[in-house]
Amino acid sequence: MTHHGTETGRDIHLAKVSKHWDKTTALSDINITIPAGSFTALLGPSGCGKSTLLRIVAGLETASSGQVLIGGKDVTIAPADQRDLSMVFQSYALFPHLDVAENIIFGLKTRRVPRKERQDRLARVTALLGLEDYLSRKPAQLSGGQQQRVALGRAVIAERSVCLMDEPLSNLDAKLRQTMRTELRALQKELGFTMLYVTHDQVEAITMADQVVLMNEGRVEQVATPHDLYEKPATTFAARFIGTPPMNLFPAEELREAGVALERSAGRELTAGLRPEALHIAEDSPLHLAVTGIEYLGADALVHGRLGLAPLILRVPGQHPPTVGSKIPLAFAAQDLHLFDASTGKRVALPDVASSLSRVGLPAGSTGAPAPSLQTEDH
Amino acid sequence: MTRRDWIHGWLLVLPAMAFLVLFTHLPAITTIWNSFFSTPRGRRPAMFVGLDNYERLLNDPIFWKVLTNNLWFALGTIPTSIALAIAMALFVNRRFMGRGFVRMAYFTPTVLPLIAVANIWLFFYTPGFGLIDQVIGLFGYGQTNLLGEPDTALAAIMVVTIWKEAGFFMIFYLAALQTIPPQLTEAARIEGANGWTIFRRITFPLLMPTTLFVSVNAVINSFRLVDHIFILTGGGPDNASSLLLFYIYETSFRFWDTAYGATLTVVMLALLCLLAIGQFFFFDRKVHYK
Repeated sequence: MTHHGTETGRDIHLAKVSKHWDKTTALSDINITIPAGSFTALLGPSGCGKSTLLRIVAGLETASSGQVLIGGKDVTIAPADQRDLSMVFQSYALFPHLDVAENIIFGLKTRRVPRKERQDRLARVTALLGLEDYLSRKPAQLSGGQQQRVALGRAVIAERSVCLMDEPLSNLDAKLRQTMRTELRALQKELGFTMLYVTHDQVEAITMADQVVLMNEGRVEQVATPHDLYEKPATTFAARFIGTPPMNLFPAEELREAGVALERSAGRELTAGLRPEALHIAEDSPLHLAVTGIEYLGADALVHGRLGLAPLILRVPGQHPPTVGSKIPLAFAAQDLHLFDASTGKRVALPDVASSLSRVGLPAGSTGAPAPSLQTEDH
Repeated sequence: MTRRDWIHGWLLVLPAMAFLVLFTHLPAITTIWNSFFSTPRGRRPAMFVGLDNYERLLNDPIFWKVLTNNLWFALGTIPTSIALAIAMALFVNRRFMGRGFVRMAYFTPTVLPLIAVANIWLFFYTPGFGLIDQVIGLFGYGQTNLLGEPDTALAAIMVVTIWKEAGFFMIFYLAALQTIPPQLTEAARIEGANGWTIFRRITFPLLMPTTLFVSVNAVINSFRLVDHIFILTGGGPDNASSLLLFYIYETSFRFWDTAYGATLTVVMLALLCLLAIGQFFFFDRKVHYK
C-alpha cells in the first residue's frame, strides 16, 4: 500500500482533470501531484483556470472529467463538506453577523466538537494569530489585515490536513502582504498541513512555495521548485512569466554565428532567452547592444536597447549606466543562455552550448544569475 | 443667504408635506377629535360626549369578536406566508430550467386585481360545483360550504390571504438572497455545514432585516384587509369572518355611525403603532444590518 500522508498532511493527486462550460474549456487534462505536507502554489495570469482548479479540489465545482484524489481517496464527486479540508477565500468570506470568535469556531460547531475543546482551541488559535482583543467584534469592525487573520483562524482551528487558499493576500497593502507571506509560510511549516495556494503574483509563489504549478490557458506549463522554475523554465511562457523584468527572448540568429551554430546542432529554429541580470558589459564582443533608453532604479539600472532587430533589456549597476545612443559590447555565461524551440516554445537542451559560443569568439562572462531580485507587483 | 436657504428647504419639502398633512396627519387628528363627539344626525349636530364612545366600545361584543378574529387571522397568515415566501425565494434563487416562469407564477397573485382574485376563489369555494368540492367529491366526500360555516369562514379567507401575500413577500426575500455573497455558503459548506445548518446559521440570520420589514408590512396588511371579506363572505356568518377594518367600514359607512367608527379607528391606529414599535424593539437585537 502506498503512503499518502504524514500524520498531519495528505497528498492531493489530480488525474486528467478537465472542466468545460458549454463550449469554453477552463481546464484541459491537468495531471499534478501535490505531496503531503508541501506548500504548492498554483501560479498563472488571470483567467488561466487556477481558481477553477482549486474549487475542483475543494469540491465547490465538479470536474467535467478526470479524478481528484485526496490522501489516496477518490473524492471526485464528494461534496465539499465531506472532503475534510479548509479554505481561505480571496474575499475572506467571513460571516458578517457572527463575531470573530463565532466565525473561527463555526466549523467546530457544525462538526459538534464539545464546548470545552472548542474554547481551548479558540484560545490557542487566537494567541497564535494575535486576535485575543477582537473576539467579540464583528468582521465589519476589523481592518483588512485583521479580517484576513480571522479567515486564517477559521481555516487552521480544525487542524485539517489540507488547506486551500485563493489569493488570500491580494486585498492587503504591499507592506502587510510582505509580513503575511512570512507568517503564512511559518504557520504552514509549524502545523504541517498540505497547502495549495492560488496566486497570480510570482513573488508570493517563489518566496513561499516548495513547488510551483505554473498554469496558462487551462493547461499546466511547468511543475517545478521555485529555483528550477527560474533557472530552467520549460517553456517561453514560463520564461517570460517569472522574473522582473522578464527574460529577453529573441530569435537565435541575433546571436550571429553562435546562434547559427546552435540552430544547426539543434536541427531547428531556436528562440534564445537571456535574463536581464545574466547579461554583462564586456571589453569586446561580436554582439553589440544599441542603447535606446535607461531606466534608473537606484541600486541598479535597466538598459533598454536593440540587439540587431530584437529589443533587449540589460541590468547594470546603478552608478555608471551607459549613455543613450552608445553601442555596448555584450557578454554572458553559457549556462545562462536558455534555448527554446521557435515553433513550440518548449525548452531545448543542447549539450555543447559553451563550446559553440566560445568557438565563435563570444567572451564567456561570469554567470549572471545572482539571487533573483524580484519586485513586488503593485496593484 | 442663510434666509434664502431656509426658504428653499421648505419649498422642497412642501409638495410631499402637503400630501402627508392632507391625507395622513389631518385625517388622523380629526379622527381622534371625532371620537370624543356623538354622531351628527339630521338636524341634531355632533355633541361632545367625552369618553362615552370608548365606554361603548369596551362593552361591544362585536368589537371583541372582530379583534379576536383579527388576532387569529394575523397569527394564522403571517408566519405561514413568511415561511412560504422564504421557501419559494430559496427555490427560485437556484438555477434551473424555467426559473423565470416559476418566479412569474409565484408573483402572479400580487399583480392580479384584488376583486378578480377574490372572485376566482369564490368559485373554488362554491358549494357543490366549486373546484374544492369537485376534487374532494372524487374521493367520496360530500358537499362543503367553507365560506358559509362559522367554523371555517375565517380559515378559508386566511388561505386566500396566504396565497396572495406569500408571492409578494417572496420578491423581497429573493432580492435579499441575491445580496448574500455565494462565498459565504461555500465557506460554510467547506466548514462541514449541510444545507439546513447553512440556512439556520447563515442565510436566515442574514435575511433578518428583510424579515423585519416584511413582518411589519404583514401585520399592517392583516389589519387592513377589507376587499377579500367584502366579496367572499361579507363578514359573516355572524361576524365569524369579520376583521377590524371591515367592522369599521360597516359601522361608518353602512350604519353611518361615524363617531363610533372614528373611535374604532383610533383603537386600530394605536394597536398598529404599538405593534410596529414592538416589532422593531424585539427584532432590533437580533437583526444584523450590513
